[in-house]
Amino acid sequence: MKKILVVFFCMNVFWAFSQKCTYNIQGTILDFHDGTAIDNATILIKNTNKFAISDSKGNFTISNVCNGKITLVISHIGCKTSEKTIKIDGNYTGKFLLEHHSEELEEVTLKGKIVVKKVASLSETVLSKKMLENYSAASLGDALKEIAGVSSINTGNAIVKPMINGMHSSRIIVMNNGVRLQDQEWGIEHAPNIDLNSSESVSVIKGAGALAFGSDAIGGVVILNPKNPIRKDSLFGSTIAGFQTNGNAYNMATSLHKTYKNGYFIDANATHKRFGDFRAPHYFLTNTGSKSTAFSLNGGYKTFETGWNIFVSSIANEIGILGASHIGGIQDLVNALNRQEPLIQNEFSYTIDNPKQDVTHFIAKASYFKRFRNIGKLTLQYDFQENQRFEYDRRIGDNRFIPAVDLNLQTHTATADFLFDAKNSWTFQSGALFRFQENVANPATGVRRLIPDYQKTDVGVYTTIKHEFSENWLFDAGLRYDFNFYGVKKFYQTSRWNALGYDVLFPELVIQDLGTQLLTNPELSFHNFAFSLGAKRTLSDENSLLFNYTMATRPPNIAELFSDGLHHSAARIELGLLTLNSEKSNRFSMSFLKENSSSKWQIDTYVNAIQDYIFIAPNGTEQTIRGAFPKWEYRQTDALLFGFDINIQKEFSENWGYSLNTSYIYAQDTENKMPIIDMPPFQMRNSISYNNNDWHGFSSTLISEFVGRQNRFPDFNFNQFIAETNTTVLVDISTPPNAYHLFHINNTMNFDWGKHSKIQVSLNINNLLNTSYRNYLNRLRFFADDLGRNFQLQIKINY
Amino acid sequence: MKKYIFLFSSLVIMSLTSCSSEDPEIVNEEELITTLRVTLTPQGGGNVVTLQLQDLDGDGPNAPITTVSGPLQANKTYTGVTQVLNETESPAENITLEVEEEGDEHQFFYTFSNSIATVTYSDQDKNGRPVGINFNLTTTSAGIGNLTVVLRHEPNKTAAGVMAGNITNAGGETDVEATFNLTVN
Repeated sequence: MKKILVVFFCMNVFWAFSQKCTYNIQGTILDFHDGTAIDNATILIKNTNKFAISDSKGNFTISNVCNGKITLVISHIGCKTSEKTIKIDGNYTGKFLLEHHSEELEEVTLKGKIVVKKVASLSETVLSKKMLENYSAASLGDALKEIAGVSSINTGNAIVKPMINGMHSSRIIVMNNGVRLQDQEWGIEHAPNIDLNSSESVSVIKGAGALAFGSDAIGGVVILNPKNPIRKDSLFGSTIAGFQTNGNAYNMATSLHKTYKNGYFIDANATHKRFGDFRAPHYFLTNTGSKSTAFSLNGGYKTFETGWNIFVSSIANEIGILGASHIGGIQDLVNALNRQEPLIQNEFSYTIDNPKQDVTHFIAKASYFKRFRNIGKLTLQYDFQENQRFEYDRRIGDNRFIPAVDLNLQTHTATADFLFDAKNSWTFQSGALFRFQENVANPATGVRRLIPDYQKTDVGVYTTIKHEFSENWLFDAGLRYDFNFYGVKKFYQTSRWNALGYDVLFPELVIQDLGTQLLTNPELSFHNFAFSLGAKRTLSDENSLLFNYTMATRPPNIAELFSDGLHHSAARIELGLLTLNSEKSNRFSMSFLKENSSSKWQIDTYVNAIQDYIFIAPNGTEQTIRGAFPKWEYRQTDALLFGFDINIQKEFSENWGYSLNTSYIYAQDTENKMPIIDMPPFQMRNSISYNNNDWHGFSSTLISEFVGRQNRFPDFNFNQFIAETNTTVLVDISTPPNAYHLFHINNTMNFDWGKHSKIQVSLNINNLLNTSYRNYLNRLRFFADDLGRNFQLQIKINY
Repeated sequence: MKKYIFLFSSLVIMSLTSCSSEDPEIVNEEELITTLRVTLTPQGGGNVVTLQLQDLDGDGPNAPITTVSGPLQANKTYTGVTQVLNETESPAENITLEVEEEGDEHQFFYTFSNSIATVTYSDQDKNGRPVGINFNLTTTSAGIGNLTVVLRHEPNKTAAGVMAGNITNAGGETDVEATFNLTVN
């Protein structure tokens, strides 16, 4: 025992001799990104109780520090706690950087209510993962209808294109994990190739003000964000399995996330959906089945200072088009219009027959970012996309296996962006873009090309500024310039070329005369400017007002310029116009926001004056050997649109909640003094929900969806002689269908499963009363009713 | 650094590919029907009557041209044959052969105004239903009227009246539609 005591004593003496505890650490705590001092940070020497707190200049002192290696633990509210090991062999002076960055914080809290706004003065709405999961079996366009002012333009129920304040297709930018989707978005029957299940959240910015994405988003921007990686060692995932009675459909989506403390992460997603023929209340919609398979991998490394990301995604959609909608000539259209029910009504089947679409989209992206102390963040990105579209028509013989449309679109994009956020009240962002795109139309289809071969080059530069003028006023502004060049090689029928007057206007474009056809080489350049100015006025803790003015220009897309051919599904000949200019939008918007613990109000109002608005409308008929067809031509006019979108969410008690979504738009062709075609009618969605956490998180929502009749529509009806019946009839292709009112109910419950897993079960019933209705913005409304009642059971397992 | 090389090289590749644009190939239009020809041969002798609809620019802006070689005789039965051709090819492609081969998915319909004549089918598809390539046309008394010839793809042959030649319930998709002004003397 004595021995031990002696040894112990000696050790202490030895210790006392070698350990000098008289040194001081003097340091300053600074914000990494702007170099400003951080006060009230706690600096603790690990495994001791020695600590200090930084003063208003960020300075601190810890005295009587012993020599040797020590670890400082620096923490501060709103900052990531950092540890730093230093060697003490004398007095130590140093600077310590804390990752004090609101943007990063907000990204993490995105799952909650706080939104990282891309443009402070524009209305931006986010759909959370929880909401998106309700649409696991549906499409992006369906999910976005949760947002007031967002509707959709459909071809049947599988091809759903989002529409923001009446604008769709090329007027909307879709960003999927930082990649601007290039998937032949010009066509109304081309739905965005997106697997909603791989996104953590989706946000919608109304209007073109988000200039970092482009100068041409006259409608707005849809942003799909993947899961933001967390820096800790974890592996988790979820699987959703669903079944629905309408279409005997099943869907499955699995996602896995692996994250590491050192900043590496990898996410994998896989989705498969299969639908058979859908059913309207009184009959089957033959050949409306579809199949969708999607995979994506998103991985990389992310710390506060630097990171990289590689994203690969592939989606294949095979979509049947309602059999009864494939017609030839006006006489068939008249027959379809006169019939109450579609002509082709077969028994239920999973078979996807012609006419159908078979579209695959592939994305590969690599990006890299680095933060520079006291300056900001640099991001570089390259992405490649390939979109392959096959459309099969009803054809004779072996040709039925050959697509009538076979388009391959490849796009390369390189971007560089720099975010200057070093100054607290000022934020600048600047960037440049280079894009090259090539479209090849396969001649082996045996059908003249609807869309010609082309190469397109885009170059863009932009700057945006955000300034916090005072606590109550925030200003933002942006400027962007884009150059677009189209090099097109197109065969025109000589008769068409002459009929359009191009033989007089553009004789120099002909590079080869093949008798009945001409090979031409139009080369078109467009210079597009965009400018945005806005302010956010904070009225109180709860209330704020947003004002924004944006001038944006959009060049005509390839379909608007060069479409040429017969669309069977619409029984119309569509013709582009070579002389189209860019359209220019002047949009002024004002929003009122109110948010407190029990309610949320968002009222958006806007006026959008669009000069040279490009649209397609009927212009007479053309006689072919199949009979007469209405001829639809792209043209330009001046348009004036204004409207409002209102969203109110209110919680009456812990259990009861209410929400309202309503929107109205007025759209007028001011040049021809008539309404603009294909504008969404007034709509209102009311819902009452009941939640009870004690009953396994039970939640039930009853939704009433009212869609009015569009009473403002242009009259493009025409008289046509029908040889079969030897009569002249009025072909009514303009009158919108009647208003309709649908009810839906959604129920959800949660159960624990084992220690770490949770099961969520939902049972939704759409169109509860099995109401027959037709939607003005569904191109197949001439042929059949929309969907009838649908029971949808979905099980989600989190692990 | 590798990333910059990658970015740079991809930009170079892009600009290179953008220079090498070859002229696209012209599309050889399959199953294009430019011409419908009905040949009516009077039974027991007389003048052969030919009805033709021709649209050489297909879906182009030029309207089809209709020709009728002469009048029909009253109270006479004609043996009828209908042909569909693609005359943009040389020699012209006879699409009637494909229609015949897939007779169960096609049917010609002959509809008259003013009851100047009637048509009975004289051919059958593999299911024993009419196709209408071959038919007999019997005129009634003298008069003028229209004959509308329609080729339907995927008609519902079992619907009421369709097999007898009534197009009303046929449905399907129109491949050819031609109207001829006929005179019966």
